Amino acid sequence: MGEIKFMKGNEALAEAAIRSGLQGYFGYPITPQSEVVEYLAMEEPNHNYVLIQAESEVASVNMVYGGAAAGARVMTTTSSPGFSLMQEGVSYIACAELPCLFANVVRGGPGLGTIQASQGDYFQAVKGGGHGDYHLIVLAPNSVQEMVDFCVLGFDLADKYRTPVMLLSDGATGQMMEKVVLPKPKEYKPDKPWATTGKTPGRERNIITSLYIQSEDMEAKNKTLQAKYKEITENEIRYEGYHLDDADVVITAFGLMSRVCKKTVDLAREEGIKMGLIRPITLWPFPSGAISKLADREALKFFISVEMNAGQMVEDVRLAVSGKKPVHFYGRQGGIVPTPDEVLGAAKEYLK
Amino acid sequence: MKEGYEVIYKRPKTLTDKRMHYCPGCFHSTMHKILMEIVEEKGIQDKTVGICPVGCSVFAYEYLDVDMQEAAHGRAAAVATAVKRMLPDRYVFSYQGDGDLAAIGTAETIHACNRGEKFTFIFINNGIYGMTGGQMAPTTLEGQKTTTSPYGRNAALLGQPLKMAEMVSQLAGVAYSVRVTCNTPANTRKAKKALQKAFEIQEQGLGTTFVEVASNCPSGWKCTPVESLDWLKNSVYPYFPLGVFKDVTAVKKEV
Repeated sequence: MGEIKFMKGNEALAEAAIRSGLQGYFGYPITPQSEVVEYLAMEEPNHNYVLIQAESEVASVNMVYGGAAAGARVMTTTSSPGFSLMQEGVSYIACAELPCLFANVVRGGPGLGTIQASQGDYFQAVKGGGHGDYHLIVLAPNSVQEMVDFCVLGFDLADKYRTPVMLLSDGATGQMMEKVVLPKPKEYKPDKPWATTGKTPGRERNIITSLYIQSEDMEAKNKTLQAKYKEITENEIRYEGYHLDDADVVITAFGLMSRVCKKTVDLAREEGIKMGLIRPITLWPFPSGAISKLADREALKFFISVEMNAGQMVEDVRLAVSGKKPVHFYGRQGGIVPTPDEVLGAAKEYLK
Repeated sequence: MKEGYEVIYKRPKTLTDKRMHYCPGCFHSTMHKILMEIVEEKGIQDKTVGICPVGCSVFAYEYLDVDMQEAAHGRAAAVATAVKRMLPDRYVFSYQGDGDLAAIGTAETIHACNRGEKFTFIFINNGIYGMTGGQMAPTTLEGQKTTTSPYGRNAALLGQPLKMAEMVSQLAGVAYSVRVTCNTPANTRKAKKALQKAFEIQEQGLGTTFVEVASNCPSGWKCTPVESLDWLKNSVYPYFPLGVFKDVTAVKKEV
């Protein structure tokens, strides 16, 4: 059993990064995630990582590029407008196949929006965000504990596939305090023969680039990336089911909303409604197969996707269900978190 | 080697065999050569990491036989910052043009200099966007015609060209800031000396080193290489004077 603490989500993420062997953090303050850089600044004298509060998110993400290309375990964290600024760099990092970790502690948008919790960046996280054909592995924590667990997992997946990984959190999960079990600190020993650390005798120079000016080369690079994404899709889909065995009404929800919806399922069951929940943990790759299987059940009446946005993941649910069953949506925006009763009420509308 | 002959001029081994794509008369190839001569002479090929920009030297990694990273447009200073911080005992340089360093990347440039990041900027200032076909740059001279200033740069609306070497010399983090050129063999030797000095200061960890090269662009300026040297002499050097703007290692003379 690891060390038990009572921590804020953002601080727990920072502590988990340190314990994962963090070597470089580059970030810029933005509410509601600034505690990450603050915590790392406070802890800096006790550890060996490089910490730079950059001049902008644009600089941060490019520092992540440089640090990752130099072979280091690096990360940045931000909130919605900041992640929008980073998108060019994210695309470059994906193409250059650099392992690193991003965390987006999402706030309400669009625009300057609000600093309250939201899930409005789902599309940006799973559909690209930046230019070109690429994906991030996207993990959606729903507790302070998962801010820790997915940080550790995220760094390892990044190295395993030489790919950027993202935690899609939200302002509430970043700000709330919960009991958390911290892992033992890990010594990080990178094995990255591709890194630009200096051309030692006996090897060709290492070049980190995303430039493939010839069409054939660019297509070949795309094929390499797509093959990697296929492998990730085959191996890394994660989801959680709750009371699915006999469910005839299935909620789909991720992150913070999935926790609220567990309570909705409990309330529904008390009233004799056979409700269940499927919670994608990896938003990309998406658990389409599991959802499709549920849709094949004769007794299943409908799905309802519950999100803190105007309806984003519901599109992926509909693709997975492929017209086999109705897929409804209930959501709130602007930083409002639907209550369990509210969700139950919305679901009941479709049972009438 | 025939008896009685000696080699007085050769390619450094730290340049690859790849034929350069640069236009005839452009200073890029000269700068690549003297940079790689320094890497060879100092014996630091295994300790050097370079960052190339978006611009004419976007393919610099095809020619420089050291570990290289290709940065996004304007972000070489941020990338170089992280590389140098993660690998403090390596020699790190960014190689950037004026659009990259002084327009889209101005914030990264200024802040890296102000933090005193201990890498070397090699700033090729030819007053124009060469790669994209000759558009106006932040360093285009007043009255100079480009594809986006076809009637000449109007300083009343667009400001005067940015003097980067002078600007960054004002920042506490900068240890060395110079402007050199390579229009003559003598000036090329001076440029190489400046680069050598920058690498030495980087080695000593004294701060940011900034080597601006008043460069040419015969294709973008729509002139011959020889005419481009005249333009440098008559128009560029008067506005962008050559010289040392800061050198923290200079011996202070008692007045």
